[in-house]
Amino acid sequence: MTTPSLAGTPPAYAAPGAPAARPAPAPLAAPAGGFDGLLAAGVLALVGLVVRAVWFTPTEAMQGLAQKIFYLHVPSAVVALYLALPLVAIASGVYLWLRDDRLDRLAEAAAEVALVFMTVVLVTGPIWGKPVWGTWWTWDARLTLTLFLWFVVVGYLVLRGAVDDRAQRARYSAVLGVLAVLLVPFIHLSVYLFRTLHPMPVVLKPSAPSLPPEMRTTLLLGFGAFTLLFAGLVRARVRYGVERELLALREDGLDAAEG
Amino acid sequence: MTAPGVTAPGVLATAWLVARKDLTIEFRTRSAFLAAVTFALLAVVIFRFSWDPTAVNALDLAPGVLWTIFVFSGLLGLHRSFGVEQADRAVDALLAAPVSREAVFLGKALANLGFVTAVQCVTVPAVALFYDLPARGGLLPALLGVAVLAAVGLVAVGTLFSAMTVNTRLAELLLPMLALPFFVPIVTPAALATARLLAGRPLAEVAPMLRLLGSFDLVFLVACTLAFPFTLEE
Repeated sequence: MTTPSLAGTPPAYAAPGAPAARPAPAPLAAPAGGFDGLLAAGVLALVGLVVRAVWFTPTEAMQGLAQKIFYLHVPSAVVALYLALPLVAIASGVYLWLRDDRLDRLAEAAAEVALVFMTVVLVTGPIWGKPVWGTWWTWDARLTLTLFLWFVVVGYLVLRGAVDDRAQRARYSAVLGVLAVLLVPFIHLSVYLFRTLHPMPVVLKPSAPSLPPEMRTTLLLGFGAFTLLFAGLVRARVRYGVERELLALREDGLDAAEG
Repeated sequence: MTAPGVTAPGVLATAWLVARKDLTIEFRTRSAFLAAVTFALLAVVIFRFSWDPTAVNALDLAPGVLWTIFVFSGLLGLHRSFGVEQADRAVDALLAAPVSREAVFLGKALANLGFVTAVQCVTVPAVALFYDLPARGGLLPALLGVAVLAAVGLVAVGTLFSAMTVNTRLAELLLPMLALPFFVPIVTPAALATARLLAGRPLAEVAPMLRLLGSFDLVFLVACTLAFPFTLEE
């Protein structure tokens, strides 16, 4: 549907980014097939991290083997919360401004990978928490915030799946991506309010500066491995998005030729 | 189309016209309102009945129940907000009208505010009755103040998401899925404020929660009004 252009309608009524101002979509180029070196490097780095963490890093005296989860849990949390989600938000915001389809595909890819990494965080957290804290779950501010962000990302991806029109899907999800940025400080504040009312036993996490050098090296390797894996997965997912669109275009073309 | 010599109404006047249209439809049919009120009353009763009355004090339960029901019954009305525009493609006429999109959004939100407040006017006395709330002077106005602050934010976010989800598959399911995480900063401070008011604490102790609610209202009313036109253009 196009908005009918009404004679005498002041231009102030035009929607932002009216069709005339929108750049023509860049023609889709088929991504290069074959071996994905970046993704392979990411997977190899992850394997290397696990090997180093389990066999070549000293076991923590108090927590025992359970502490090994630390090297997966913390890097995936940091990459998801401080790399993937900001990427979704920035790509969404810039999309509303520039209307470049590549930004939409980037936001989609980053959101999917963020969901995977956050799921890793939420699964490994309780496994580590049970032996060390004595409970699977505690309504700690950071846990609660991560859980709600996980729900927001799930909602974002379900919304994408529920809208058929390409441009509409991109706009809706970009709006949600931008609003989610505004939501984070509010959830943080309300979680904090909740927490001050019900004081929790204070559980100290092993903090990075006090780590012995071997553990610190493994943790830093973990950050590197997860960043590499993130980059590889996002690039692969963007390529997959391009190929899926090319396939849809081809099918539309076939339908048009037959019809 | 605007006739020569007739100027389009201003933003607030337009918003009022849109809100009056929606409220008139709702007043004549009363379908969503009765459904939402019945749902709210049922929920009030079921929540109380699902706890052991000797183990859980009704006063401890009341604040959480009140605001959880507030959000869920609000969602029923919010879904209808743009649902009514689907019939006969009325939304096309609304968009073809030479008025700003922001005014349409504010009108829709205003109508939803009326709806949510009306449902709350039934829910609060029902909770007071079934949960045996203390009949203290000043409690009702204070609760009403919390309700209005909570409703503005709920309606701002909910109206935008209603516009976004109404055209999608899974519309009725998608709206709560998207909206509920955004309602966390409404339900939590509102319930905490209510708990303190019921316990007879001074108003000063409630101030941080009211500030949080107020800033949520301000941020999301502005953000959602600005975001709404992006969800419409084709």
